[in-house]
Amino acid sequence: MSIASPQAPVVAVETPFQRLRSQFLENRLATFGLILLALIIVPSVLAPWVAPQNPFDIGKLDIFESQLPPGSVSESLGITYWLGTDGQGRDVLSAILYGMRTSLVVAFVSVTGALLIGATVGLTAAYFGGKVDALLMRIVDLQLSFPAILLALIMLSVLGQGIDKVIIALIAVQWAYFARTARGTALVERNREYVQAARCLALSPLRIIFRHMLPNCMPPLIVIATIDLAHAIAAEATLSYLGIGVPVTQPSLGMLIANGFEFMLSGQYWISFCPGIALALIIVAINLVGDHLRDILNPRSAQ
Amino acid sequence: MLVFIINRLIQAAGAVVVMSMLVFIGLYLIGDPTAMLVSPEANDLERAAVRQAFGLDQPIWMQYLTFVGNAVRGDFGRSFLTGQPAMQLILERMPATIEMVVVAIGFAVLVGVPLGMLAGLRPKAASTKAVMTVSILGFSLPTFWIGLMLIMFFSVYLGLLPASGRGSTVNVAGVSLSVLTPDGWRHLILPALTLGLAKAALIIRVTRAATREVLPMDYIKFARAKGVRPRRVVGVHLLRNILIPIVTVTGLEFGQAVAFAVVTETVFAWPGMGKLLIDSIIILDRPVVVAYLVLMVFFLIMLNLVVDILYMAIDPTAREKVRDQ
Amino acid sequence: MIPTDNARAQDAGSLLSIKGLKTYFATRAGVVKAVDGVDIELAKGEILGLVGESGSGKSITGFSILGLIDPPGRIVSGSMSYNGKDLTALDEEGWRQLRGGDIAMIFQDPSMTLNPVLRIDAQMIEAMQAHANVGPAQAYARAREVLVMVGIPSPDERLRSYPHELSGGMRQRIAIAIALMNKPGLIIADEPTTALDVSIQGQIIHEIKKLCRQVGTALIWVTHDLAVVAGLADRIAVMYAGRIVELGTAEEIIENPRHPYTKGLIESVPSRSTRGSRLHQIPGMTPSLLNLPQGCAFRERCAYAVSACGDEPLNTVEAGGRTYRCWNPLGGPRP
Repeated sequence: MSIASPQAPVVAVETPFQRLRSQFLENRLATFGLILLALIIVPSVLAPWVAPQNPFDIGKLDIFESQLPPGSVSESLGITYWLGTDGQGRDVLSAILYGMRTSLVVAFVSVTGALLIGATVGLTAAYFGGKVDALLMRIVDLQLSFPAILLALIMLSVLGQGIDKVIIALIAVQWAYFARTARGTALVERNREYVQAARCLALSPLRIIFRHMLPNCMPPLIVIATIDLAHAIAAEATLSYLGIGVPVTQPSLGMLIANGFEFMLSGQYWISFCPGIALALIIVAINLVGDHLRDILNPRSAQ
Repeated sequence: MLVFIINRLIQAAGAVVVMSMLVFIGLYLIGDPTAMLVSPEANDLERAAVRQAFGLDQPIWMQYLTFVGNAVRGDFGRSFLTGQPAMQLILERMPATIEMVVVAIGFAVLVGVPLGMLAGLRPKAASTKAVMTVSILGFSLPTFWIGLMLIMFFSVYLGLLPASGRGSTVNVAGVSLSVLTPDGWRHLILPALTLGLAKAALIIRVTRAATREVLPMDYIKFARAKGVRPRRVVGVHLLRNILIPIVTVTGLEFGQAVAFAVVTETVFAWPGMGKLLIDSIIILDRPVVVAYLVLMVFFLIMLNLVVDILYMAIDPTAREKVRDQ
Repeated sequence: MIPTDNARAQDAGSLLSIKGLKTYFATRAGVVKAVDGVDIELAKGEILGLVGESGSGKSITGFSILGLIDPPGRIVSGSMSYNGKDLTALDEEGWRQLRGGDIAMIFQDPSMTLNPVLRIDAQMIEAMQAHANVGPAQAYARAREVLVMVGIPSPDERLRSYPHELSGGMRQRIAIAIALMNKPGLIIADEPTTALDVSIQGQIIHEIKKLCRQVGTALIWVTHDLAVVAGLADRIAVMYAGRIVELGTAEEIIENPRHPYTKGLIESVPSRSTRGSRLHQIPGMTPSLLNLPQGCAFRERCAYAVSACGDEPLNTVEAGGRTYRCWNPLGGPRP
């Protein structure tokens, strides 16, 4: 029986970012996720310039070329419908790129908003402790025990449709998760020397919370935010699918899927299926990246 | 124990009141339902009459007090659309929803617990990696998406199962059930699977995490040192301990699933109370929405209570704590 | 079983024989040689104290005897036989029958060893039913019997309890009772009194010794505390960095240590004669088992180190069976 001789740990000078990068790229699945994410995000952001047509400009559509299967060539517009056309003759690929854009904007803005509000509440609760903490966390717990989907439905039924309304509803649904995580991290940070020192200097609580504690509480929050992007995209798609999310004039992936549903049963699967695959791909990509990021940044789950 | 339950019930009552108030004020802000109640040609006089008939001319607090007064007598007003009592409308549709959720959660537990334990016991196996990857998909992909894919495969491609509706039902003690007929099952499988897959993914993760946490415990090693058979170490020593988080999570997820049935029911045109809620939200049928939410809050709180009692039944140390309170 | 009157069991025949046991752990940083060539001979009914600092490999040795080494750990070589049975040839079912049947174990922390969600009766009955084809009533009767043996009052009430309802001392007595359930030939006790109050420690040690002598069970008492085994053990083995560096009768080791490490351990035990004076401390720390230096592992902490210590010290056997691994032993003949 042979035993590999123990190796001395390699000591190299690395910046934290370099270490993070090399650790991240170690995992092939996560690297794949990152590449996939880039392949989806870049063309979506650049949709107006790279999409074959503007699917929401009525003048650019040919209603007679509706429900064409993938790969059909347009006779009037001179473009190839790589993923077919939908019920109004829209190029499905273009619609996906534009829809993804809407989905990404909603997800990004709502997660950022929820992160900011949640972190503020969580840090405030942790910093002051006592009754403030008890009250804030009571609210957080109450909200977390209430099904998110119902909260979003109520919010939207009160606010009405619109991208901004969806964003508000998603912030309302998500902030509590961030608040709880931020509080957990901040409770540890609060007892660190640097916070004690800042307190001794009689700095204002506002300054201690935001200038001193917040930066140190960020890593776990960023990990949650990454994975939460996927949840936000899924939630927005669900709300739009139910018909109470984004308005018809600014379709997102969820609405494209919902619109194609009626055609699915008659065999024109691509109208719903292609946006569905796009939705699944972005969610999977975000999860692959987020999951691995969490493993790297959280020493407890790394082992 | 009794004190604990009474305490919880008082909390529940409080939560229901706060919730109903929030919902009421919220819905009051959304437009005027009068438009829906009268024909577009109606004149102002007719409108006023309708407003009066439904109590919409009163100030909001008056409307709320009337609502509360009626609600405690079980009267949540009538649907603007059908004129039926709102609560009755919901209760009629409740069995369909509960039935689907029970089947879904049952499926999730039956699949999730064994797979989760396997994944926890063999963290490095290829099968574990596959299960964990699929479980990530299971709970990050939206429910409606999973439903659509299932429809596409089983209904459109294979033509095996119906894509919508509830199928035939049997009336048992005033409750219509579809789990008693083959046709009912055929209709039930896809919606329940859709709802169940996401929950199974979650239960797999919870079970795996709990297994990984309990396995290194001294008492597992001690059980092995006693010579207890591996099957009993896993089936009794491990399972009894991981059951604590699994039961808690499953119980709470049951409530989430009832709420999430909104989506599944829309996808499969399942005639449950979730579908009713969406339809009512879209047409601003306020009494139905309010009645649904009040019922839901009440249901969630009851569920929490049941979970707590179950928790005490399986965790002896928790029993002690409650007794000490 | 007939209780052996005479506790001195050297002449009762060999019970456990371990030769060249090596248990390694493959970690990301390299191979940790937790146990690196340990030899133990144990006679029937003998009490052996296995002493060492944390990380010396003494607990891993105990777990190796029961085949309870989990990955990334592995017994890489060595031979172990119990009552003539070759343990290294056992399959999983063979190990299972050995554990708790022939060889029982008592763990360090009684608050962790009993399953919190199972009642004491269930945990005791299963221990018997794992090894004997008996009904629950019979197993219950035996459980009750051993509880009385270990000095637990009102055993029926205790059997109905959950672990958290009992004190630490009580739980450890129950763990001892479970170990005795199947009348094992050997009990391995892994620091069973470390987590207990000092007042209870003494009682438990006294009772285990009494019980072992009564039923003729051999005992390996793993501890970091030389004082505990001084009055308990027949022989003492001192472990350092995965090896037994000195082995002899309790009197020989305590009165006349050969290895400087043993001497250091003795001097760090507070006693009446050292009251008021500063306790001796062994300088330095236990070396990392990942990268042991060439030669004697204790060399760098040793006041008696000589140039020969750069080479691996051989195991010196004195007449009478006493052994040590040292190039510059104290108070004895040079190798």
